[in-house]
Amino acid sequence: MHDPNWEPRIVAFFCNWCTYTAADLAGVSRLKYAPNVRIVRLMCSGRVDPQFILAALAGGADGVLIGGCHIGDCHYAEGNLKTLRRFRLLKRLLAGFGLEEPRVRLEWISAAEGDKVRCVINEMVEQLRPLGPLAWGQRHGAQGWQAASAAITPEAEAAHA
Amino acid sequence: MNTNSRNGDIRIGFYICHCGRNIAGVVDCAAVAGEIAKLPGVVVSRDYKYMCSEPGQELIQDDIRERALNRVVVASCSPLLHEHTFRNAIEAGGLNRFFFQMVNIREHDSWVHTDGPAATAKAIALARAAVRRVRLHCALETVRAPIHPDVLVVGGGITGIHAALTLANGGKKVFLVEREPSIGGHMAKFDKTFPTLDCAACILTPKMSAVRAHENIRLWTNSEVVKVEGYVGNYTVTVRRRPRYVNEELCVGCQECIEACVFKEGKFPDEFNVGLSKRKPIYIPFPQAVPQVVLIDRERCLHFKTGKCKRTCVEACADRHAIDFTQKEELVEIKVGNIIVATGFKLFDAGRIPQYGYGRYPNVVTSIELERLVTSSGPTGGDVLLRDGRSPKSVAFILCVGSRDFRTNRWCSRTCCMHSMKLAQLVREHTDAEVTVFYLDIRAPGKGCEEFYDKSLKEGIRFVRGRVAEVTDWALREEEEGKLVIRAEDTLAGVVRRIPVDMIVLAVGMEPQADAQDVRRLFNMSCGTEGWFLEKHPKLAPVSTFTDGVFIAGCCQGPKDIPDSIAQAGAAAAEAMALIDRGFIEQEPNTAYIAEAECSGCKSCIPLCPYKAIGFDEPTRKARINAALCKGCGTCVAACPSGSIRQHLFEDDEIFSEIEGVLTHA
Repeated sequence: MHDPNWEPRIVAFFCNWCTYTAADLAGVSRLKYAPNVRIVRLMCSGRVDPQFILAALAGGADGVLIGGCHIGDCHYAEGNLKTLRRFRLLKRLLAGFGLEEPRVRLEWISAAEGDKVRCVINEMVEQLRPLGPLAWGQRHGAQGWQAASAAITPEAEAAHA
Repeated sequence: MNTNSRNGDIRIGFYICHCGRNIAGVVDCAAVAGEIAKLPGVVVSRDYKYMCSEPGQELIQDDIRERALNRVVVASCSPLLHEHTFRNAIEAGGLNRFFFQMVNIREHDSWVHTDGPAATAKAIALARAAVRRVRLHCALETVRAPIHPDVLVVGGGITGIHAALTLANGGKKVFLVEREPSIGGHMAKFDKTFPTLDCAACILTPKMSAVRAHENIRLWTNSEVVKVEGYVGNYTVTVRRRPRYVNEELCVGCQECIEACVFKEGKFPDEFNVGLSKRKPIYIPFPQAVPQVVLIDRERCLHFKTGKCKRTCVEACADRHAIDFTQKEELVEIKVGNIIVATGFKLFDAGRIPQYGYGRYPNVVTSIELERLVTSSGPTGGDVLLRDGRSPKSVAFILCVGSRDFRTNRWCSRTCCMHSMKLAQLVREHTDAEVTVFYLDIRAPGKGCEEFYDKSLKEGIRFVRGRVAEVTDWALREEEEGKLVIRAEDTLAGVVRRIPVDMIVLAVGMEPQADAQDVRRLFNMSCGTEGWFLEKHPKLAPVSTFTDGVFIAGCCQGPKDIPDSIAQAGAAAAEAMALIDRGFIEQEPNTAYIAEAECSGCKSCIPLCPYKAIGFDEPTRKARINAALCKGCGTCVAACPSGSIRQHLFEDDEIFSEIEGVLTHA
């Protein structure tokens, strides 16, 4: 059993226009949610390099949340579609490494959906709790990270496109 | 990239804002400042009550000078609110404005958490990430781009009209695009305006003609915006101009063609009179319509339907030759620098509340229908009449129909209380009917409005507080025979009442336009949960949107009365004018660029860019980014297999350092 005082840690990558603004709205509306999330602002969810997600998982995050505009509403027309494509591939690879499904999550949250920010974060924290710490390094040893990175080959990407 | 700026002695100043009690009430600011002070490179770490205030900004500037800071981190509110403020402050203090990073510990921390220690730990983690990140920042220059001086105003209601006139009077060229065949919007249908009871037409129609006559305004009615491309200062907009089958340049509005139409009487519901009167297939929307040009309803015109019409209208027009059945839809492309969206609202469909009997009982009408009845230019010449032509002896108003109701719309439509009281007074003026108003709360907050409510009370209009349960024609008592009966709880008296009346007026609320979502996408705006267009900030930027150069005004942003709509129209015009008169726009330099030595020329980035900003240089076999076209989304950066595309302000190492920073245990 893991340390009873353990709290899941989530790194979130939110796009500037929709999800980051929605998180601001959650604040302005004084909605309350679990304090386990650390938000990194990017201009578009399309900027989320899969390596950011791997770096967060390798660096001690127990889960990663990506937030972007709804499909069709991307501030940059279609950045979120690219995110989706990449995310699905990455998710399959991560599953191959034994990563539990709820640990990496993609959500479309518009600037008006402050309450969705609250719900998603709370739900994710609750889903991560029974899974315990990720401890990625201990699972795969020092090689885990490199192996995961190397698995993202152009062939794998083409197969998924 | 100025690589030198990343080396050398890094001297960071960290400032955490209390924001009164907004942050300090939850986060232990002194503790955060204490923790951050221990980090390498941090020269000063302070907490202060209001960092955004003048003394707060001076604190930073003094430290830049006295402690030779070359990086600044401020932990306070959202960067979307005050990043600009602090960047300006450090620039004034002598630093490049991009040697700055902001930490959001209000919207993302103190306002959303109640657990003090956890919130403080979160603030420390976020601040640590920013301190790590800011070390890597580079000096950058803001990019300046020219701004096209013309403005597009979408929507020709009172808001759009006022915005267009303000800009045009300021010497700007304006394109005013209206979907309907005439400008005027909802206000054109009103008889009088509250609380002064002055004539609506006397305010509106001179403005409408001013639009038509103004040399700086190009008015396109019967037209819609179908495509918007570009960015602030440089929008390319495609407008679809639907045919009216009458040449606008040739028609003088004599209306002899209408007279001559083979339909001797009007046969089709007149949109302007909300179906209370009939019009012909060739018509002018209303007498004061601007432009004063007739149009032909293609769906109803015999020529279009059968091809066998005698075309008496063409004969009547004679040698003016204004009628042109061959007119086709046109797509026109225009270039503008700013766009003002003033697309207004639609009225709630009263049929959605079946228990009020709208559509079932002919003498249940909506407030806009009554508005047409009391207007002297309306279908009854200003007489308030029942459907059978009698004058009503008693009239009841039901307020909050489709407003403040969790089953329909939760919001208050803001104008219906005042609008109903105005109509109630007009009904008293036009008839000798008893008037009863059923209300939840009377909301009369505007200037002169509470006084108007007092006047209504003194004039003998009865007010009953309670939501009406139903309207029925089922008479239980003799005095209810042949009448409509309102069943409502009188919450002040604590009794359930049955009140028989002749006419019932439903004060229907405001709703976002049916196509608000399409319009939102067209102009790259956001909507609130209710569907109204979202302003950038309710107080700091009430008519701006998240897309620079696109402004909103009037009821498309939320329900409001005429004075508020006009005030917003003026505000939006001023915002546009401020941008135009400055002559240039400053763009965030968050563009992508290619590290040429590392580019393998695989071209995988090229199809990813929605703005076609990436090209391929054949001689060198390298990708090339046109910074003027790049909008800075960073999608290509994340996709480049060799990592040779970078993004200013969002460099890979900056983001990696942020990730490490938020995850480092204290």
